[in-house]
Amino acid sequence: MGELGAFKKIARVGPRERPPAERILDHREFVRPLPLVELQAQGARCMECGVPFCHSGCPLGNLIPDWNDLVYRDRFEAASEQLHRTNNFPEFTGRLCPAPCEAACVLEIDEGSAVSIKQIELAIVERAWKEGWIAPQAAAERTGRSVAVVGSGPAGLACAQQLARAGHEVVLFERDEEPGGLLRFGVPDFKIEKRVVERRVAQLEEEGVELRCGVEVDDPEQLAGFDAVVLATGSRVPRDLPVPGRELDGVHFAMDYLAGRNRALAGTAEPRLSAAGKHVVVIGGGDTGADCVASAHREEAASVTQIELLGEPPARRPDDLTPWPLWPAKLRTSYALAEGGERSFAISTTGLSGEGRVERIHWVRNEGAPPFAVVPDSEETRPADLVLLAMGFLGPELPLLDALGVERDGRGNVATRDHATSRPGVFAAGDARRGQSLIVWAIEEGRRCAAAVEAWLADADGGDGAAARSGARFAG
Amino acid sequence: MSRAPDNRSRPAGLYDPSYEHDACGIALVARLDGTASHETVRRALQALGNLEHRGASGADADSGDGAGILLQIPDALFRGELAERLPPPGSYAVASCFLPAGSAERARVEALIGRIVVAEGQRVVAWRDVPTDAAVPGPGAASVMPCIRQLVVAAAPGLDQDAFERKLYVIRRLAEKEAGRDLVVPSLSSRTLVYKGMLTAPQLDRFYLDLADERVASALALVHSRYSTNTFPSWELAHPYRLVAHNGEINTLRGNANWMRARESQLASELFGDDLRKVLPVIRAGGSDTAAFDNVLELLVLAGRSLPHALMMMVPEAYESRDDLPAELRGFYAYHRCLIEPWDGPAAIAFSDGRVIGATLDRNGLRPGRWYETADGWVVLASEAGVLPEKPGNIVRKGRLQPGKLFLVDLERHRIVPDEELKREVATRRPYAGWFAAETVRLDELPEAERPEPPETPLRTRQLLFGYAQEDMKVILAPLAASGEEPVGSMGNDTPLAVLSGRKPLLYSYFKQLFAQVTNPPIDPIREAIVMSVQASVGSERNLLAETPAHARQLLIENPILRGRELEQLRHVRHDVFSSWTVDTTWPAAEGGAGLEPALERIQAEADLALAAGANIIILSDRAAGLDRIPIPSLLATAAVHNHLVRRGTRLQAGIVVESGEPRSVHSIAVLIGYGAAAVNPYLMLETLAELVELGWLPDGTTVEQAQARAVRGIAKGLLKTMSKMGISTVSSYTGAQIFEAVGLAPELVERHFTGTASRIGGVGLRELGEHAAARHARAVPGAGDELLPVVGLFAWRREGEAHMWNPETISTLQHAVRTGSAETYERYAETANEDAARRGNLRGLLRFRFPDEGVPLDEVEPAAEIVRRFSTGAMSLGSISREAHETLARAMNRLGGKSNTGEGGEDPVRFDDDRRSAIKQVASGRFGVSAHYLANADELQIKMAQGAKPGEGGQLPGHKVDGYIASVRMTTPGVGLISPPPHHDIYSIEDLKQLIYDLRCANPRARISVKLVAEVGVGTVAAGVAKAGADHVLISGHEGGTGAAPLSSILHAGVPWEIGLAETQQTLIRNDLRSRIWVQTDGQLKTGRDVVVAALLGADEMGFATAPLVASGCVMMRACHLNTCPVGIATQDPELRKRFAGQPEHVVNFFFFVAEEARRLMAKLGVRRFEDLVGRVDLLDADEALTGWRERGIDLSALLHRPEAPRATRRVEAQPPALGDALDWRLIEAARPALEEREPVEVELEVANVDRTVGGLLSHEVVTRHGAIGLPRGTIRVTLRGSAGQSFGAWLAPGIELTLLGDANDYVGKGLSGGVLAIRPPDGAGFVAEENVIAGNTVLYGATRGRAFFRGLAGERFAVRNSGAHAVVEGVGDHGCEYMTGGVVVVLGPTGRNFAAGMSGGVAYVLDEELGFAARCNPQLVGLEHVGAEDGEALRSLVAEHARRTGSAVAARLLAEWEDAVQHFVKVMPHDYRRALETAAVSTGGEGFYTTETEEAVA
Repeated sequence: MGELGAFKKIARVGPRERPPAERILDHREFVRPLPLVELQAQGARCMECGVPFCHSGCPLGNLIPDWNDLVYRDRFEAASEQLHRTNNFPEFTGRLCPAPCEAACVLEIDEGSAVSIKQIELAIVERAWKEGWIAPQAAAERTGRSVAVVGSGPAGLACAQQLARAGHEVVLFERDEEPGGLLRFGVPDFKIEKRVVERRVAQLEEEGVELRCGVEVDDPEQLAGFDAVVLATGSRVPRDLPVPGRELDGVHFAMDYLAGRNRALAGTAEPRLSAAGKHVVVIGGGDTGADCVASAHREEAASVTQIELLGEPPARRPDDLTPWPLWPAKLRTSYALAEGGERSFAISTTGLSGEGRVERIHWVRNEGAPPFAVVPDSEETRPADLVLLAMGFLGPELPLLDALGVERDGRGNVATRDHATSRPGVFAAGDARRGQSLIVWAIEEGRRCAAAVEAWLADADGGDGAAARSGARFAG
Repeated sequence: MSRAPDNRSRPAGLYDPSYEHDACGIALVARLDGTASHETVRRALQALGNLEHRGASGADADSGDGAGILLQIPDALFRGELAERLPPPGSYAVASCFLPAGSAERARVEALIGRIVVAEGQRVVAWRDVPTDAAVPGPGAASVMPCIRQLVVAAAPGLDQDAFERKLYVIRRLAEKEAGRDLVVPSLSSRTLVYKGMLTAPQLDRFYLDLADERVASALALVHSRYSTNTFPSWELAHPYRLVAHNGEINTLRGNANWMRARESQLASELFGDDLRKVLPVIRAGGSDTAAFDNVLELLVLAGRSLPHALMMMVPEAYESRDDLPAELRGFYAYHRCLIEPWDGPAAIAFSDGRVIGATLDRNGLRPGRWYETADGWVVLASEAGVLPEKPGNIVRKGRLQPGKLFLVDLERHRIVPDEELKREVATRRPYAGWFAAETVRLDELPEAERPEPPETPLRTRQLLFGYAQEDMKVILAPLAASGEEPVGSMGNDTPLAVLSGRKPLLYSYFKQLFAQVTNPPIDPIREAIVMSVQASVGSERNLLAETPAHARQLLIENPILRGRELEQLRHVRHDVFSSWTVDTTWPAAEGGAGLEPALERIQAEADLALAAGANIIILSDRAAGLDRIPIPSLLATAAVHNHLVRRGTRLQAGIVVESGEPRSVHSIAVLIGYGAAAVNPYLMLETLAELVELGWLPDGTTVEQAQARAVRGIAKGLLKTMSKMGISTVSSYTGAQIFEAVGLAPELVERHFTGTASRIGGVGLRELGEHAAARHARAVPGAGDELLPVVGLFAWRREGEAHMWNPETISTLQHAVRTGSAETYERYAETANEDAARRGNLRGLLRFRFPDEGVPLDEVEPAAEIVRRFSTGAMSLGSISREAHETLARAMNRLGGKSNTGEGGEDPVRFDDDRRSAIKQVASGRFGVSAHYLANADELQIKMAQGAKPGEGGQLPGHKVDGYIASVRMTTPGVGLISPPPHHDIYSIEDLKQLIYDLRCANPRARISVKLVAEVGVGTVAAGVAKAGADHVLISGHEGGTGAAPLSSILHAGVPWEIGLAETQQTLIRNDLRSRIWVQTDGQLKTGRDVVVAALLGADEMGFATAPLVASGCVMMRACHLNTCPVGIATQDPELRKRFAGQPEHVVNFFFFVAEEARRLMAKLGVRRFEDLVGRVDLLDADEALTGWRERGIDLSALLHRPEAPRATRRVEAQPPALGDALDWRLIEAARPALEEREPVEVELEVANVDRTVGGLLSHEVVTRHGAIGLPRGTIRVTLRGSAGQSFGAWLAPGIELTLLGDANDYVGKGLSGGVLAIRPPDGAGFVAEENVIAGNTVLYGATRGRAFFRGLAGERFAVRNSGAHAVVEGVGDHGCEYMTGGVVVVLGPTGRNFAAGMSGGVAYVLDEELGFAARCNPQLVGLEHVGAEDGEALRSLVAEHARRTGSAVAARLLAEWEDAVQHFVKVMPHDYRRALETAAVSTGGEGFYTTETEEAVA
């Protein structure tokens, strides 16, 4: 219920960040937890709306008003339970989710006033880890059914956890050397330290999930014997930049750079790419781009420039386009730019040049919206030693999908009906199914897919269901 | 008589004749010396003629609802006709018989009666044709006129007269039972004779020629004029009955009738002996509430109790918390409550057995009755003063009926026997008080019992088993335990009906609380706590016809909600009288859902066994519920055992106590009690409260004990509120009264276990209920992650929870649509909303349109601009919503040509002349801001009888919300809290409503008059009564609606969907041929054009919207309206939050146009060009078979879609007959023309009679329409009247008018007084002491805002109720004086009744308290008592001086003569709130139209 009328007296407090000058000196997380009193004051601002748009805005359907209230009442353990009911990994979303819930908060009608939902979420789950409230929830009974989950990103993890808790034998395949997908190899440590992923993975293992890392699944035979298969392989084919000079050295996909940074930090591999002392240009104005910018700062790049094809969005929520409670198409300045660097909107890259290695980038300004008409006389050339392409992802990688022969939708993603693919016993979840999206959607996908697998298996056990008819067992 | 040919009186569709209500005018005339004369009859008939306006007629104006007269047997008449064949007086009786019209049938019935007379040892003397004029009754009445004959029966030799009367009763019952509906016997007695029929009052003596016959002589006569909501032909239902005539309603009838039936097996009477079996059942089927009352009263009297004694048993006065009653009388009542529960209701009952005649009022005193005694030995009592004009000098004294008091004229003692004397005689006949004290056991006197073993099953599992959710903890129980108050919510209910919910709600949710509207008033359980009682008792009841000490052996329970230790005391009672038996109400989980039915049979059988073993407390317990056993829904267990035992005739051998984990809200406990539980132990709720304490949900320091005590107290309070909604005051008469309607339960289930409850759309049966219970059980099996209960989303939307029609999708798309004007976005909204309705559960969603093969082109359909004129916005007061929001709606509706509604908070007069004027001015029970000027500035005046969110309840605007502006438009004081009473204090019955409609017509003859009702079973019948009362418009609100704050149990559980209420109304109006003359509107969560078209097809001419236009103007369904924290500036008065209001009139305009366009598209497809041609076309609707999920649940919509034959029209096509033609005011207006036109002073003198109602109303309308609120200068129009003024004398009297009445006046004097001056004094030469006699009736100055009034004599109950500005002087008042007063000054120069100043939050009263008894009669909740200070003293003196000058008061003269001394004897009654407000001078003028509260200069 919060405190009556508290929203009038207490202002919103956003995430507390370490000062840029300090944080770029290390790789530790830059968001600091809010002190308890402040959190509870923020919890008090929640008004327990009759129609909680936050809860509707959250893809997971997190019971936000309910745990806000529990925090306000200092009942963190119950809050943690409430939170985990809908979200397997609140510590991931509490760090990485852009918080559509806050955009939809009723207080956000008065723009900039939303309850600090994400901070509360993070505080609940961190407190729960600290207090030891998060323990493995091993299934009481085993079902004797087995499921292979391919891909250990957040969708795969969530799906595996749900299935394991339901008593199924779950094998989680990961082609990289460690589980976590983009969580581990995409997102930098200063946004999520890897111990955060590791402790959760440990929980999964204790719940019975068997991890097989470093295994590239590309042959259906590898999946023979499982009762069901879940494809959670992500959407990892990056969008390329077809301009002259693309082939030059020093032009890389953002993910290659970020994965290298992550491995380097973890000490598991020598970095192949480095931004140190270079003029870095990041093409693409999204979160991946920002992570590149921030990583480059920490490598002490000579300069960092981030360019974006689209024009600069308005500073305030444009109510004619994206009125509350929709996600507002407005200007957001990333944490990375707060740390330094330059940003330009409405830039069309026209070419890259250099002698073997990239040295310059050439661009023109455009009108900011499709068809991106060129602004006359706006050609520009900048020095560029490292060009990182962070323009999003096109769809899932295909070898396994082709091998399994599952149908795909118009965008190349796996086509499904309630997560079931065209091939009986094969399911899909996460970006592989839905296309590139938010981590919060990935978790939701994993949960829903697990439920679909469960229903299918239950039908099989019933004897006359879909699984039973299909022979009950995925045949590789 | 035969009813067979008349199909109209049979149930069909949603109409059922058993919903009929009636109310009436009554009068009695008696000669104290006991000499019979025809003059008595003549006078009684004259009185009856003058009560005609209280009766009614239907569509056929000549067919009255009924009139009749009860007389002593006119011996001269019969002797004249039968001569020597007639035995001496007293040894013969006359049966008045209604026989079949057909001669063969008639002969058969007559032969049958003759045979029974002989068989019972008496002798048939002769049949007599009663001379009648068949041309008199109207066509409707004539078509079913019975053959009316009288049978003279001679007593067996040697039989004494009382024994003869008993034989006559036996003969009558036998004949009635054998002949069935072919025979009605209005009277069969050796003492009295009844003439009655379906006639208007003036028709009675023209029809019965005997009544003009001089030989028809009597020393007493009782007459009655009936007003029925319906006019289905019935000669039988006219009054008087054999012993009584009744004005009012018995609210508890169903329970009373059930209990009576249950009692029959135990009846035994030495006087009757074996004959008693012949008369059973006591209550004749198919009668009215009065008939049933008469049946039982008759039995009690014939079995040996005196008539007053029997009446005191059945209609006891409030005695529970009375220390002013003698102990023996309180003992009498307490003892008799062990025998019979009160027949509760607003009732004035006039009675006579031929030897005494009198009348009594129920405990609330909600019907009027005025009497006088003359010097020459006559006593006259009637519903109104003035029905029999009498020379002033001949009147010795005058009085009124008082709550709970008996008025009795004893012809053998030749005098009026005072109430105290009479009751003392009855109460001391036997040592009742002693018996009660000695035999009754109080629960707290029982020894402490061992606590039971703590249950093995964990709390959480058991909570899940009973369907607990987090909301139960957070929303229901925590607030209850923290504050002891039932939690409040807002914005109505947009969740599915229980039967359509996917959530499988608990059985309680299928039951909707019934509530009083129009035909009886709800009660204010807080301010009028003096009449309320939650005391319950268990034990076995004994033979009603005997009286012994053993009858009092009952176990008394102070509060029907039992704590654990109290239940154990009961369970382990070791007493020579009491013994308990616990019946396990669970069944083995292994049996699954199918186990429910056998389990019910088992518990019924076990209850029989328990009774056979001598148990008199049956505890139905589901404590055994756990992983192995599923609990029977506690309501089902209770009702099944209750009705089973009623059927077996053994119900009274034991009380039923429910020990269940299921109940945890006011509603659940109310339903359990309503279906027969005497007490409930909600053990799991109590345990859960302990958990809440442990978890820190409650304020720091709260102990488990405190939490439980508060919750129990809070539920008891809520229980009182639930009862009081229906006008019921005591738990004992609520128990088993079954005052609920079931929505969504199968007929066979209801018939078997909830016998007599209405259930009109079918629904789920035992099988489904069993499955639901089994499913809950399955969910309760412990597993991982069960530490927290589920969140079910009942009170606030949750993605996986209960469906809400207002959800993120519908709200945001609607807002985007109206803000951008995007028709496409609206279509997305409408699609979602319409689809939601279908998928998620309201009745309109289950309907589909029957589109013809070809529609019509869209451009031929009436334009949207025409359709939107049929729309109005809901009644939301300024105060409940912000000024910005209120004015936005008004502007939008004015732009559209639709109508906005003021709500009950008045309106700033500056808005009357611009685009912010609300076309509809609401008149609600609080009458805030309702002045002559306000009423004159309306196109429609809407009388709010109930509101969807909380029908039957009042409201409260806390002082902190009453800022300067709101206070000014409400004409009250800033900072002073305002209370809206549950009832309109001028509407306790249908004839009162008729009067208010008349009053409002006078206040604004051009406005149409609307009455707002809420859908519940029988609303159609009430609507028919409303149509007969002359309203132009009736609004049927669905239960779902409601934008303001209300208790959660009311939001969810009172009233039914508008679809049912509207269809019932349409069907009933058509069957009564009343539909053609009244507009019908509906509202309740209407959202789309589809909704509008469905409503039209079901019978609505117009539609109202409240939530949707609010959402269009920015509401996001926070549901925080009651908290003043609305973040979008709508439901708040906080200036900061109001700044956030972003709504624009065009948003609302866009919404309504979108809706109308959607409706047009549907009209085109339906092939209907004009909207009016849609209205009532039920044939274009059908149940949507394509939708799944509802047929399987047993739902049957055929009654909803029933289309009766329409005699004239299915929509409004003609005006009501004119009502104001003969108003006295036309003469006043004529005489006042110079004043009205030229402001020249005029003086007028006229005679007045009780039929002249609302004197001054039309004149005031003329004044304010010409001269505005300010009116004319003081004393411009001076009117002197002589006689008895009719009701509502001086209503809304405008400034500049002074009415001086020499005579007396009836109820509602100075209603809404708006600045005029009233003075009432006895006529010159009166033969009585003015200050000891009644000069004005009840409810004087109700809602007065300005002006002054002076009364030289006593007034009745509720003097100056809700006065907010008038100054008045009176010489004595009845109960509840100055109730809910918020401003003004009242001076009482004499006695006051009880409960003075209840709910009085403002204004000042000065009470002359020379005998120092006032403090005990004053309700101290809100006021303090003070001495009169110097400044006050001067104001007081000047008022008293004006009183003396205007009325010639001797009392005032005496006081003024020794003022210094006199002023010491006054007590000043000062509301705490008011004092604070004055001290802080919180007055700030916020608006251009600021009203000052009464600032009249000191008077001479």
